[in-house]
Amino acid sequence: MRTKWLFNLQLGFTLLVCAFLIVPVILSIMAGLTVNYLVGIESGLTLRWVMEVWNGYRNTIFLSIGISLACLVVTLLIGIPTAYVLARRQNALARAIEELLVMPVAVPGLATALALIVTYGSLSGFRTSWTFILVGHVLFTLPFMVRSVLAVLMAIDLNTLEEGASSLGAGWWRRFRDIVLPNCRAGILAGSLMVVTLSMGEFNMTWLLHTPFTKTLPVGLADAYASLRLEVGSAYTLVFFLMIMPLLLALQAFAQPRLKKYVPEDDTHE
Amino acid sequence: MSDINPMSIALKNCAKTFADGTKALEPLDLAINAGETVVFLGPSGCGKTTTLRIIAGLEEPDAGGSVLFDGQDVTQIPIEQRNVGMVFQSYALFPNMSVAENIGYGLKIRRMPAAQVRTRVGEMLAMMQIEKLANRRIDQLSGGQRQRVALARAIAVRPRALLLDEPLTALDAKLRDTLRLEIDTLLRSLKITAIYVTHDQAEAMALGDRIVVMEHGRVAQIGAPRDIYQKPASRFVADFIGTMNRLNGAVRNGVFTCRAGDLPWPAAPADASEILFRPEDIRVTEDGEPSTLRGRIASAFFLGDRTRLFVEVGERQPLVVESTARRDFSHGEQVGLAIDPRGIVIL
Ligand SMILES: Nc1ncnc2c1ncn2[C@@H]1O[C@H](COP(=O)(O)OP(=O)(O)O)[C@@H](O)[C@H]1O
Ligand SMILES: [Mg+2]
Repeated sequence: MRTKWLFNLQLGFTLLVCAFLIVPVILSIMAGLTVNYLVGIESGLTLRWVMEVWNGYRNTIFLSIGISLACLVVTLLIGIPTAYVLARRQNALARAIEELLVMPVAVPGLATALALIVTYGSLSGFRTSWTFILVGHVLFTLPFMVRSVLAVLMAIDLNTLEEGASSLGAGWWRRFRDIVLPNCRAGILAGSLMVVTLSMGEFNMTWLLHTPFTKTLPVGLADAYASLRLEVGSAYTLVFFLMIMPLLLALQAFAQPRLKKYVPEDDTHE
Repeated sequence: MSDINPMSIALKNCAKTFADGTKALEPLDLAINAGETVVFLGPSGCGKTTTLRIIAGLEEPDAGGSVLFDGQDVTQIPIEQRNVGMVFQSYALFPNMSVAENIGYGLKIRRMPAAQVRTRVGEMLAMMQIEKLANRRIDQLSGGQRQRVALARAIAVRPRALLLDEPLTALDAKLRDTLRLEIDTLLRSLKITAIYVTHDQAEAMALGDRIVVMEHGRVAQIGAPRDIYQKPASRFVADFIGTMNRLNGAVRNGVFTCRAGDLPWPAAPADASEILFRPEDIRVTEDGEPSTLRGRIASAFFLGDRTRLFVEVGERQPLVVESTARRDFSHGEQVGLAIDPRGIVIL
């Protein structure tokens, strides 16, 4: 049976690749839970490192989650209307703006951060506030939101759908709410996941933008790895996972499409 | 179902030039009576959709043009306030809603209470015989089912007019015939003012109380299907609708003389140099019967109930003749032909 042999080979290869990716994660998690990583698992399991991280660094985690959610809100508010306008206008200006939007991704984060510091660094209230980092993150993540929403909008015949809705009496706000938004749900979800994870993990730019009062998770993590025990860094990663997974799952669930069920009249009299 | 209050529609001096300079419509005047079904017929690109969209409010006519509903100027009123139902060629059903939600959408916008929406949606589902599809998603429907949903959605809000843009073009031939019949029955039972756009003359003949034949952004002829078929106003109309035979020749003393022979024609105008007639106005004569014209069969197609013959008579195009005779016609055979002078058209 040649096909079976081939299947087993593919399965083996897939498992190997998975193992290559997953084993370091498991080791890292284990490291965060062992008493002494150098001795190994025989030294026993403990929550000591996790607690240490929680007590010492939980502010960085909350700040990161806060910034990434704020970043999500801002990119949703700016990104969706931008994508909508770009999708409706098929002229050269719209195409040029689309290209320009990729710029912040193409420019290294460090350069963007320096530009922000040079321009706004003297506004001390702003410089030391978490919103300074937020601005950087929005600049960095906005193109991802616009692009993924735009891709979905271009794939559906938005114009005709809107004309259909307006022939049924829907003004522009109803059309936007009832037709445009639900039909680019998939793009909004993809964009949102991207924005949240990118903002949460952004290091280059944030490292330059942060102040001792505004330390985000990746910056804290780098500190931990650099100056503390390996177990602490690993525990940090573990805590990060525990915090971000529910967030991403919640986002995904929130964006599930729902059709209202129609019950014929007779059925209600039963 | 006569709960719809039909309205008359008039276009006054409506021209349309698009932003890129395309002149899609020459200034156009048109009056459509309340409750009437009018078909816009013409080849692709002649401006049918543009005219329909001007009536719907999706396009604005050039300055100086106006659209009147029941005598009221609605040119400046946006589509969402015109209360006209539209059925698009691509259906434009909302993929994020179920069939029932699609049908109920217009009612929801009109703030109809949920219970009444459900009643009306139920009526529509029953009328289009799609009760079983109520909770389906749009991408789970066939083309014909989508078309039914699109019709139901447009009618549910009791529009004052129904505008249909090539609603059957995307469907296969058999389904098209079925749905054409259904749409015809529907429009008649609703007594709604309807405008139906198509490039298919058979569809136009079957559905229209009147047909507006369009050519290059102009109206070529307006009339009942029978008038347009029997008395085409121009060569374009004559050729676009049905099959038309032509003979070139000259008239002398009530006889039209052409290459194929002499045709006695008492009512002949003296200056007729070309006559046109339909296949049903010419027939193959029996043996011994006097025939006026003669020709040679170029090809014969047995269609079951009749045979379609192409008869060579020395003109540029062979004549199309239909015969119900119970006999075989062979290629190259000489036949006699007789024309009913009442069917002759001169343009
Ligand atoms: N939005 C538009 N911009 C420019 N030209 C258009 C536009 N829509 C239609 N046209 C042109 O106007 C003419 C009439 O189009 P249309 O009304 O769609 O024809 P039909 O429906 O009879 O096929 C065509 O030449 C078409 O190319
Ligand atoms: Mg068209």
